[in-house]
Amino acid sequence: MTRPAARRPGQSRKAQTSLFVAYVIAVTGAVTGLLLAILSVADPVGFAALRVASHEVTAPVARGTRSVIGSISGIDDAVSAYVSAGSQNSRLRAELADARRQLVATSALQEENRQLKALLKLQEADKTGVANGYLLTSTSTSSKRIALLSIGRNLGVAAGQPVRGADGLIGRVLSSGPSVSQVLLLTDIDNIVPIRRARDGLPALAYGRGNGDLDIRTLNIANNPFKPGDIMVTSGTGGLYPPNIPVAIVVRRTSEGALARPLADPAKVDAVSVLRPYTPDNIEAQAARPPAPAAAPAPKTAP
Amino acid sequence: MNRAAAPLQREPASRWRMRAVPVATVMLASALPLMLPMVASSPVLPPLGLLLFLCWQLLRIEMWPVWIGLPLGLWDDLFSGAPIGTAVGLWTLATIAIHYFSQRVYWRGFIHDWGVAALLVAAIQALAALIAHPDAHVGRVLGLVAPQIVISALLVPLFLRLTGKFDNFRLKRR
Repeated sequence: MTRPAARRPGQSRKAQTSLFVAYVIAVTGAVTGLLLAILSVADPVGFAALRVASHEVTAPVARGTRSVIGSISGIDDAVSAYVSAGSQNSRLRAELADARRQLVATSALQEENRQLKALLKLQEADKTGVANGYLLTSTSTSSKRIALLSIGRNLGVAAGQPVRGADGLIGRVLSSGPSVSQVLLLTDIDNIVPIRRARDGLPALAYGRGNGDLDIRTLNIANNPFKPGDIMVTSGTGGLYPPNIPVAIVVRRTSEGALARPLADPAKVDAVSVLRPYTPDNIEAQAARPPAPAAAPAPKTAP
Repeated sequence: MNRAAAPLQREPASRWRMRAVPVATVMLASALPLMLPMVASSPVLPPLGLLLFLCWQLLRIEMWPVWIGLPLGLWDDLFSGAPIGTAVGLWTLATIAIHYFSQRVYWRGFIHDWGVAALLVAAIQALAALIAHPDAHVGRVLGLVAPQIVISALLVPLFLRLTGKFDNFRLKRR
């Protein structure tokens, strides 16, 4: 293929001008676009309305494809399981997930028990959520991990509400539209969750890695207290996620803390529930019936 | 002679169709990942809209003005999850790069097109990820998009063929 001859506009003044104008528009547009991008990183809520509108358009198609072919999500997981050890690996993993679920349930209960004993006044967080829905689809071409939730403002979903599945925490609502809303998944690089170890309440933070795993970092950097198999639950610190939602299980230790895998795989959960944010207002409203205790953050008592 | 002329005796495709087909294919490819019932835990799909966008320009450089990346990039930003404006800027810069390249290189073959598309996809995906996560560790962010870049580079020939098919459909005589 030769180079196209028509690009040089020749002597025509008009053609030269229009080509020049096209380049001016392109360059100013490109610069404006990049500035906008930097702005919308700093202020993600500002442009949320535009994106919500476009997601409202694709949501019906996603609902349709979901009901027709079911959920093909977890396809990457299935492929990687095949590569590593074939079908046996997948089966073992399913069994392990079952066992793990029971383990989480008991360890979270133990921790809950301990706390209730310690603070007889503190009410257990209300388990009933705002609404239930399911994850329709997610972004899969960019480095942001945003999933589309099948319910929106019509059922009371609002930005900032935590989202959990049966196995554990999924993420939080980023913005909500009339009938769908966007969920920033736990594993997004920008998602940081205050957690603690279910066994003894050791406080830590979970950072998303963007590839499905989490980085666990403890506030105490002198020694590395994590062991593979440690189960982390939300601590309730910071006032967004209610305490005692299972988050992740430690896979191995790293130099800065630990590498963990989320307990709830958003690709496989069927239904998720949207919870109320763990703010003083909500806690007081829930605790209004008995003599109201002070809206205290989760206790960080040393073992 | 007569047989060769036969298709030419038919009417050329309508102007509307010649303009709409490329834009519609890119827009559909941009929105497609959000229509599949798939919740991905990492960037697993190649950027379909970007690949088609680049292939159309490698095939028909004269078809679109230089600023076509502004509207198509905005559309892609709405669906990709990247901060709005990322693709607006990067796609337009890629268009300018393709125009520059097509003026510099006299004889251009399949390998050149493949190389240019692969390079541009790699640069755009890496820069978009860095823009989206300014505070994160650079090496980690690049490692996140590296598999996707490799897959995209390998898929470029397929997309060039696909664009050729769409182009035949676009110019089909009535």
